[in-house]
Amino acid sequence: MQCVVTGGNVKVLGKAIHSLSRIGDELYVEPQEDGLALRSVNSSRSAYACFLFAPLFFSRYAIPTGLNFRCKMAIKSVQSVFKSLATLEKTVEKCHIGLDEQKDRLTFTLHCKHGLLKTHNLSYQDSESLEAVFDKNSCANVFRAQPRVLVDTVVHFPTSLEEVTVTVSDERMWVRNHVEDEAERSKAMLTELCLAADEFDYFAVKAHYSITFCLKEFRGLLLFAESTGLPVSMYFDEPGSPVVLSVTDSVLEGNFVLATLSDNHDLHKSNRGGDADQPHPPDDFMSDDMDAYLIAMDTSAAPGPSTADPPPPSLATFRKPPAPNYRTRTHSEEEEEDDGEEDPERPPDKKFRSLFFGSVLPPSSQMNTQPLTTQEVLASDSEDETEAE
Amino acid sequence: MKFRGKITDIACLNHFTRVVTTISKLTKTCVLRLTPDHLFFILPGKVTNGGVGMWCQLLQANFFQEYQMEGVTSEVQEICLEVSPEPWSRALKTVQSAKSVKLKLTRKHCACVTVAAELPTLSSVGRVVTHDVPVDVIPRRLWQEFQEAGVPDFDVSVYLPPLKTMKSVVDRMKNLSNFLVMEANLNGDMNLKIQTDLVSVTTHFKDLGNPDGGPSQSRDPEVMAEVTVDIRKLQQFLMGQQVNPSKALCNIVHQNVVHLVLLHEDVSLQYFIPAVA
Repeated sequence: MQCVVTGGNVKVLGKAIHSLSRIGDELYVEPQEDGLALRSVNSSRSAYACFLFAPLFFSRYAIPTGLNFRCKMAIKSVQSVFKSLATLEKTVEKCHIGLDEQKDRLTFTLHCKHGLLKTHNLSYQDSESLEAVFDKNSCANVFRAQPRVLVDTVVHFPTSLEEVTVTVSDERMWVRNHVEDEAERSKAMLTELCLAADEFDYFAVKAHYSITFCLKEFRGLLLFAESTGLPVSMYFDEPGSPVVLSVTDSVLEGNFVLATLSDNHDLHKSNRGGDADQPHPPDDFMSDDMDAYLIAMDTSAAPGPSTADPPPPSLATFRKPPAPNYRTRTHSEEEEEDDGEEDPERPPDKKFRSLFFGSVLPPSSQMNTQPLTTQEVLASDSEDETEAE
Repeated sequence: MKFRGKITDIACLNHFTRVVTTISKLTKTCVLRLTPDHLFFILPGKVTNGGVGMWCQLLQANFFQEYQMEGVTSEVQEICLEVSPEPWSRALKTVQSAKSVKLKLTRKHCACVTVAAELPTLSSVGRVVTHDVPVDVIPRRLWQEFQEAGVPDFDVSVYLPPLKTMKSVVDRMKNLSNFLVMEANLNGDMNLKIQTDLVSVTTHFKDLGNPDGGPSQSRDPEVMAEVTVDIRKLQQFLMGQQVNPSKALCNIVHQNVVHLVLLHEDVSLQYFIPAVA
C-alpha cells in the first residue's frame, strides 16, 4: 500500500485522527477500493466513528490488490505523528503512508521543508472488520448546520459534562445537560439552550423526539468540522436508536455514530401535545417582565408550585432521568450478549453490530429492555406536567 | 420573595463577571444578600472556614440596568441565599457577547438563580441560553450572622504593595513554610516573613503609605504590628485577584487578624484572615 497526502490535506488527515482519538484508543485502518477508511470505536461499543478518504484525497493512492488488508494500532502512536498541527501545516509538504507487511508495520513519512524527512514506523495488529450498520436515510429527523452554530452551542456546557439531551419540535431544537441521579439534580447547574430552525441550513423534523448522548464524543466531531469548516449533518430517530453525525465533501466522509439513552416512549407521546399547544418558551422568556416567577419559600410554609409562565416543556417533562446509566445503556441494546465486558476472543464486529441491530427491532422490544424502575418515574412526571400546565 | 436583575451593558456584564469569578476563587460557597440597593457576597468568619471571613459589597445600580426585588416580607426588604459562585462564574464567562443577561430567582426543581442570556445570532429569533443554578434560601433566624461586622480597632493601617508582586513572593514562600508573618507600621513599611529551622526569609516593602483616618497618631510609627497567618489563606486571596484594584489596604490588629480591603470601581471586597492560634 502506498498513499501520499499533500499540502493542506495533511492537516485534515491529522485532524481526523485527533477526532477519532476522542472516541476510542485504537485506530482501525482499512484501505478499500473506494478509499482509505479510518475507524474507531469505544470500549463500551456505544460510539463509533469512521472517516473515509476517497482516492482523490490523495495525490497517490495504491492499495494491495486481492486480499482485504485490515489492521489496528494504538491511536496515540498515530497521533504523535500528527501532533502539533499548527507546525505541521507550516512545515510538512507531504505525508507518505506505506505498508510493510513482512514487519507488520505502517510507515508514516513526513516530507518537511528543507529536505527534512521524519519517518515513523508504527506496528499494527491484524484485526477483524469493524463496520457499523446504520442507515442515515431512514431517520425521522435530519438537520444540517454550520459548525460554528454547534460550537457556539456546546461552549455553554462545561467540558466535564458527560451527556447532553437534544429535544426537537417543528421549529426549535433544545439542548440541555443531562443529569443522571436525583441527588445530583438538586446541586447541579442545569443549562439549556434553544436553537431556532433558521439557524440551520436544513431542519426537517418528523417526530418530536428527545435523545440523550455523550457530549464528549460529539465534541470530537466538532473538532474536525470546525477546523475544516464543513457543515455537520445530524440524523436521529427515537431514543435508544443511535444518532449519526456526518461531515462530507467531495473527497471525504466522516460519520460519528453515537448510542443514545433508551427512554420511555410514553413520556414523549404525552408531551407532544404539550409542545404543539404551548407558545415557544424562549420568546416568552425574553419578553417577560417581573411577575414571571414567584416563590413561596418561607421555611415554615410548604413550597408551592411555580405560577405564571410554565417552564419550557422540555424542562418539566424530561427532568426525570431514565434509569439505565450511560455505561450500562449498551446492555439494553446488547441483551443478546452474555456480558457487556470486552471479550478478547470474540470478534468485535459481532458485538458491535448488535448495537445497531437493536435499533432495527420493533419499538415494543425496546420497551421490554427498560428496567422496571422507569415505570415509577413515568407516573410522577405526568403529575409534574399537569402542574406546570 | 422576588428578584430580577437585567444587565444590558457589556462593560457592566464584564465587570460583574469578574467580580463573581473573583468570589468563586475565594470560596466555594457563600451567602448572597440582596437589598434594594446592594448585593453582598458574604462569608462569615467561622471555624469551619478556618476563621476566614469575606465581605464583598456591590452597588446594584452600577451593574444592573434593571433591578427589582421584593424581600421575604413587605417590611423586610432583604433576601439571603446560600450560593455556589463557581457555576455562576462559568455561566457568565460564556455569555460575554450576550445582548442581555437576566438573573432571576426562580423555582424549578428547587430554588434556583437562573442566568438567562440572550445571545446574538444571525437568525431572526434570538438564541437564549439559560443556566439554572440551585441555591438555598436562608431562613431569617440565621440572618444576624450576615450583618456587617463592625470593623475592629486596628493597630496599623497600610496600603498594600502591588498584588502581583505580593502574590509571587507568597507563592515562593509557600514552598518553604506553612505560616507567614505579616507585619507593618505607620511609616509605610511592610514585611512578609517566614521562618523555618533552616532558613528565614523576609521580603521588605517600603514607602507604601498609610491611609488617613487610621489608628491614633500616638502610636510609634516604627513599631510593627504583626500577625502570623496560614500562608495558604493569604495565597488564596491573592490568587483570586484578577484586576489591580484602585485602592488596596491592609489593617492589622496585632496578633489577632489581618483585614484586607480592596476597592475597585465601587466594588469593595474585604477579607479577614485570623491569626494562627
